[in-house]
Amino acid sequence: MTQMSRSIRMTRAGRRIGLAAVVVTAATLALSGCASAASDRPVELTYWMWDANQMDGYQQCLDAFEDANPTVGVHLEQVGWNDYWTKLTTGLVAETAPDVFVNHPQQFGTYADLDQLLPLDDLVGPAGPVDLADYQPGLADMWVGQDGHRYGLPKDWSAIGLFYNADQLADAGVDPATLEDLDWNPRDGGSYERLIAHLTVDDNGVRGDEAGFDRAHVKVYGLGLNRNNNGGFGETQWSFLALADGWSYADRNPWGTRFSYDDERFLETVTWWRGLIDKGYMPTFTVASSGMNDTDAFAAGRYAMITQGSWNARAIASAGGFPVGIAPTPIGPTGSRATVTTALGDSVWAGTKHPEEAKRLVAFLATPECQDLVAKQARVFPALRGSSELAAAAFADQGVDVSAFTVQQQEGTAVPSPVVLGWTRLQEIMGPTMDAFLAGADPDTFEKANRQVDAIFR
Amino acid sequence: MTTLANARPGQRRSLWSRIRSGEAHLVLFFLLPASIGLVAFYLWPAIRGAYLSFTDYNVLSDPTPVGLANYQRLLGDDLFWNSLGVTAVYVVINIGVQTIVAVLLALLLHRATSSTLVRGIALMPYFVANVVVALVWYFMLDYQVGIVNQMLTWLGIDPVAFFGDPELAVPTIAMINVWRHAGYTALLVFAGLQAINPSVYEAADLDGAGERAKFFRITLPLLRPILAMVLVITVTGSFQVFDTVSVTTNGGPVNATRVIYLYIYNLAFGQLDFGYASAISVVLFLLLAGVAFLQIKLLRSNQTDLD
Repeated sequence: MTQMSRSIRMTRAGRRIGLAAVVVTAATLALSGCASAASDRPVELTYWMWDANQMDGYQQCLDAFEDANPTVGVHLEQVGWNDYWTKLTTGLVAETAPDVFVNHPQQFGTYADLDQLLPLDDLVGPAGPVDLADYQPGLADMWVGQDGHRYGLPKDWSAIGLFYNADQLADAGVDPATLEDLDWNPRDGGSYERLIAHLTVDDNGVRGDEAGFDRAHVKVYGLGLNRNNNGGFGETQWSFLALADGWSYADRNPWGTRFSYDDERFLETVTWWRGLIDKGYMPTFTVASSGMNDTDAFAAGRYAMITQGSWNARAIASAGGFPVGIAPTPIGPTGSRATVTTALGDSVWAGTKHPEEAKRLVAFLATPECQDLVAKQARVFPALRGSSELAAAAFADQGVDVSAFTVQQQEGTAVPSPVVLGWTRLQEIMGPTMDAFLAGADPDTFEKANRQVDAIFR
Repeated sequence: MTTLANARPGQRRSLWSRIRSGEAHLVLFFLLPASIGLVAFYLWPAIRGAYLSFTDYNVLSDPTPVGLANYQRLLGDDLFWNSLGVTAVYVVINIGVQTIVAVLLALLLHRATSSTLVRGIALMPYFVANVVVALVWYFMLDYQVGIVNQMLTWLGIDPVAFFGDPELAVPTIAMINVWRHAGYTALLVFAGLQAINPSVYEAADLDGAGERAKFFRITLPLLRPILAMVLVITVTGSFQVFDTVSVTTNGGPVNATRVIYLYIYNLAFGQLDFGYASAISVVLFLLLAGVAFLQIKLLRSNQTDLD
């Protein structure tokens, strides 16, 4: 056990440092600029993304674009998520921003508002090459700004699932098939809570639902807690429960202005969720925020289950040296399950020297030709329905059953994640508020926070 | 004869007299490279920052003057006062422990060894990049799988949530930076120790002074000018803590480690609120200038007790 956890720690450290090295390399590349772009084509575009896992697929896609457009060269650069928006902002100010870049629905509003994004309306609809009907439902709408213009084309979609350690499930005598239709409610937690309790084991080997369970000395927690709870988003941690309780983030989406963090359904959901800590089924916030991510602790065998996003499916499935299964999120009081889904998109910087070529690239990134190449890498679900199905098959080839995510699209239970102006400011309020609540603060704290959040949009 | 007089060793002439005697072009020539850096990277940004603190500015459009609004907002901003308090606690722990450790380490290096290798080893943590130091400690202090908590468990002590406990997060970060900087600070103190004339200690020995008396009556007083300089540098640096927090707790849990530089950074580059961020920076600048001035005055750093 010690040996195993040590080796995991080392690989994790190695990965982080490796990531730092990638960032440094990327910075060096950025400094050396176009010199590193191999070709001598008349038009050189730069394309930014943050997810290093997707670079292989997109490089193939960009090669295909260059083959079809002999006069245009595209240089792919990766900038880590932690520095992405800062570097982008610096680039916008210095007028050295990438011509085309991967954008986030919660960020683009700010940039569109500051006239930094090129409208892409002429790429879609009857006149343009992209047919919005080809996308998974709801994704394309996320990319329309408050002014009615389109500022991005969706590239992929995500969903949340319940990842479980199949060995620990077998030890507990639980049939994985029973996880397909778990139910949950904020009063007694339903079969979801019973499963979490049963998978929790204390230092003496007593399970969470057995007599004599010592909640102060837990060896394996039934459910993990991420040190980053995403504040007012709760993407991987609590959103799927609140949404399955009939809650919604704001009065409308996109561009909501009146938020619902004081809503009874939200409060009862997060109160139940925090209750798992008191019962000893989930680590305390202090423990969870005192080191590694939920995924690392899951890989080390400390959590029997975690709720995480589809973008991490491959990484989690192969991290721990034990078989990992993925179940869909539980069915809530509304009678159906829920997940947030986020469609990342490709945007064009308004200051690009080559707007026509940049738009042509964005249109190409939205073709089945490109999205199929991305799909075959089995990292994310492309936004086009056909390519998304191809990705599910590619995941299966890698030994990862992703039906827990696709079922949300089939059943129409995927809820578009909130798109608002000033998301960063909202999170500056909600992040610490949610932390404080998990650490034991009174639920009243959300009423005050909700007033502060609403004040941003007034 | 004149050339001879000019060449006399040890003669010091003021800048003004050099300029008068026609060496102005030479003086300016040598000052030029440093001045370019000073003006371009310090003076001009400082002036512009002070100007921006009176504006509403999001970098991507022109600043709009708002008078004293940013400073008024600052007075009622709980997060600002919180960050100031957090930073103050950090500085007190960091500087307090670091200075004591550094002086003890310097005495050890001075008295116990003359090996350059051993003296060099004390500096080693300082050669590792801040971010790497922070990350390595972050992994070692992890609650669930970190080696420090593994060892505590072997000793029968319950694991400690070094970064997750709001009470412990700031001291933990402060101690990591003590670990990194103590060697460097010790080197500065060590240089001060070597400058103390050994005959003073010999005289004390003749008078029958003990080790304790020699330390408190001779070493510390004679180190005072060096310590004053060291404190001004380390306190100013300590107030500017950022990277260690940024790669470990990033301000959490709740707001327990949201130091002032992190708050400024989040406001400016996260929320594009450069005007307000500039206002806080100006306040921090005045605060640091005041602290440095007080230190120099209180510690009389320009005088030595030997005169």
